[in-house]
Amino acid sequence: MAGKGRGIAAFTFNIEALGLSRGSMPETQRGPTPLFPQIEYKPGPLKAGEDEDYMRALKQEMRGRMKDLPFNIKPHAGKGDVERYKEKYTREIKRIEDDNWTPDWNYLPKELKPQKKIIRKKRDTKTNAKVSSKDKEELLNKLDALEKKGDVKSDDEEDEAKGEKKENDEEGEEEEIEGEFDEELEEENDYIANYFEDGDDYGGGSDDNMDEATY
Amino acid sequence: MTAQEVRLCGLLLQEHFGDVVEKVGTHLIRSGVLTLRALAHETKLALDLVKKSLCVLVQHGMCTFGPGRRGPAGPVEYRINCERILHMLRYPRYIYTAKSLYGDTGELIIEEILQRGQMTMSSTVKTVADRLTHNMPEGQSMDYSEVVSAFSRLVETHFLQRCPPMASAGSSSSGAVDTSLPVVTQPAEPESNPECYKLPYINLTGQGKRRRSSEDGEDDQRAAKKAKTDNSQCGDEGIYWQVNFLRFHLHFRDQAIISAVSCKLDQTSSEIVRTMLRMSEVTTPAHAAFTQALSANEIFRSLPSNYNIARPILDQYLTLLVDDPMEFVGKTGDSGGGMYVVNLHRALANLARATLESVVQERFGSRSARIFRLLLRKRHLEQKQVEDFAMVPAKEAKDMLYTLLSENLVQLQEVPKTPDYAPSRTFYLYTVNQLPTARLLLQHCYKTIGNLIERRLYETKENKRLLEKSQRIEAILASLQATGAETAQLTEVEEMITAPERQQLESLRHHINKLDSSENQVDETIFLLESYINSTQASR
Repeated sequence: MAGKGRGIAAFTFNIEALGLSRGSMPETQRGPTPLFPQIEYKPGPLKAGEDEDYMRALKQEMRGRMKDLPFNIKPHAGKGDVERYKEKYTREIKRIEDDNWTPDWNYLPKELKPQKKIIRKKRDTKTNAKVSSKDKEELLNKLDALEKKGDVKSDDEEDEAKGEKKENDEEGEEEEIEGEFDEELEEENDYIANYFEDGDDYGGGSDDNMDEATY
Repeated sequence: MTAQEVRLCGLLLQEHFGDVVEKVGTHLIRSGVLTLRALAHETKLALDLVKKSLCVLVQHGMCTFGPGRRGPAGPVEYRINCERILHMLRYPRYIYTAKSLYGDTGELIIEEILQRGQMTMSSTVKTVADRLTHNMPEGQSMDYSEVVSAFSRLVETHFLQRCPPMASAGSSSSGAVDTSLPVVTQPAEPESNPECYKLPYINLTGQGKRRRSSEDGEDDQRAAKKAKTDNSQCGDEGIYWQVNFLRFHLHFRDQAIISAVSCKLDQTSSEIVRTMLRMSEVTTPAHAAFTQALSANEIFRSLPSNYNIARPILDQYLTLLVDDPMEFVGKTGDSGGGMYVVNLHRALANLARATLESVVQERFGSRSARIFRLLLRKRHLEQKQVEDFAMVPAKEAKDMLYTLLSENLVQLQEVPKTPDYAPSRTFYLYTVNQLPTARLLLQHCYKTIGNLIERRLYETKENKRLLEKSQRIEAILASLQATGAETAQLTEVEEMITAPERQQLESLRHHINKLDSSENQVDETIFLLESYINSTQASR
């Protein structure tokens, strides 16, 4: 800032107007302010009384209770080997309501409803087994073909798709909510499995004639 | 949504609904509106988990959905209602208010409905009756009719309301709709449903069932299954009830005004204001600036009977209230002995101002508070004038003003004398704007509660091992006592926790209690500031 004195601090406004004088400037900041600064005026005590105690107890109780309700959604934990004997009784004593809670579907958009295809699912678990081995062979063939082109990207995606389908086999027999994995298989649509625009290099899952060159 | 609000919403969602819902909710808050597929893709969660989370959020009224940008044919878009998530902080206050107004039954009804978002009347009645029966001595049980009457009282005073139906307003009260409609229409405001507060006819008689010990677990399960099938026969399928937060907020606002009057003036004045507010409860719309005008004659007739003050005394009290600088009560006419109104918006503004002044006083000292109050009253003052009016020595006044300025509680306004804003020919005036300062403090409050919650989580995590050990030992003790063990065994088990560990547990409990109480108290300030800010927006 060019000012009257080279190198001397000069302000662009008349500091007398603000009541400042050159000598009374506060010290410049050296680094960030401390994380826990010293406070001169300590905060006052909390309100203490029956009402406050009761509300605090209510708060803690509610916190504990919410963890047991079916609204508390846990990520997909690995299924334990067997349901332990005591689980049935601990769940009852603690009033854990982990069971499927079904909302009133009239009030929700249809797409949120898990696809319940119970009967078809049973059929599918058998066909799944057959389809998957065929799929695996197909995938292996595709991989070989693509290896020649050195296309690494689709390899990863193929592996992903393969891994997902394997998962489907294992989990296909379980809760009906995971019926949409069946949906994905049935629809045979790349769109659901991944959102990448694969471009022209990706062969696609439904191509049968992999020997032809792609342009 | 500000960064602090988003952070606080995330913490609250995690505490109550778990990590999955927190991830979905936070992402949706940050992005605004999203479709289901976009949400699942961006959060990289499994589709069914995202679906479940959205169901939970919609159930609790925290998420709304509607036709997307591409019109009714396109995918449904979801939007989060941040305010509703922040209301979760206030749940203990709602429950406690219900308890003080309607007893234990009312308290449990509100608690159940808050925990589950929305419920039908019959399921609420059954659950609450069961819970009350559980706490009663052996042999007694709670009759459904008592619970039903408490429920009806809550609905009559508008503390509970029906969830808005999905279809257009012409639908029947049973709430049954075609499955195609929910995708297309938006859920309307609850108040626009003409049957918002109408109780359905349910045929429900019986008493609460006591929860038995695990030997009778089979019976209980069978009974529970039977209860579920009975639900459909109760006649109120599809009619869900939710808590009417607006009504609770009006109640809290009234309470704040009454307690302010009683602090500033005296008990009798606060009783008069309470009577006035009670009389105009149903006639005043929610965002009104004034209550309905009430004549002094009416007020006199409606005063509670244990307050027999003479008519001239009442007039004197009313005059006192009108003349008070806080302007709680205003006089609008002379008919009927004088027409009086309670100035709701002005009262809220004054309460917010008192909050701001008290914050400055507690953080910066009483002289800074004096300067702050001065600037609030006199609007714009120069440096010199501040020193003179506040009667504070120049150097200290400067110091305090700059501290307040750096905290953004005070602003500098430039008033030029010449068009070229030359510094030597410009007035620099200090000023305080109440509304922006209130917003600033509100954000500070959100940050505070976020910090309190994080500290509590940290403390719990640090002592996790100890907490688990103590829980295990309590469980062992309980089971030993149930099977009638001797005192020697009990003391042996108790000694498994050493004395220093016991002390540590005790101090941990003390800290967590303190943090929880602090959260509740900060929430009271949040309520005041939020009400004030909303009242200024409503009047525009």
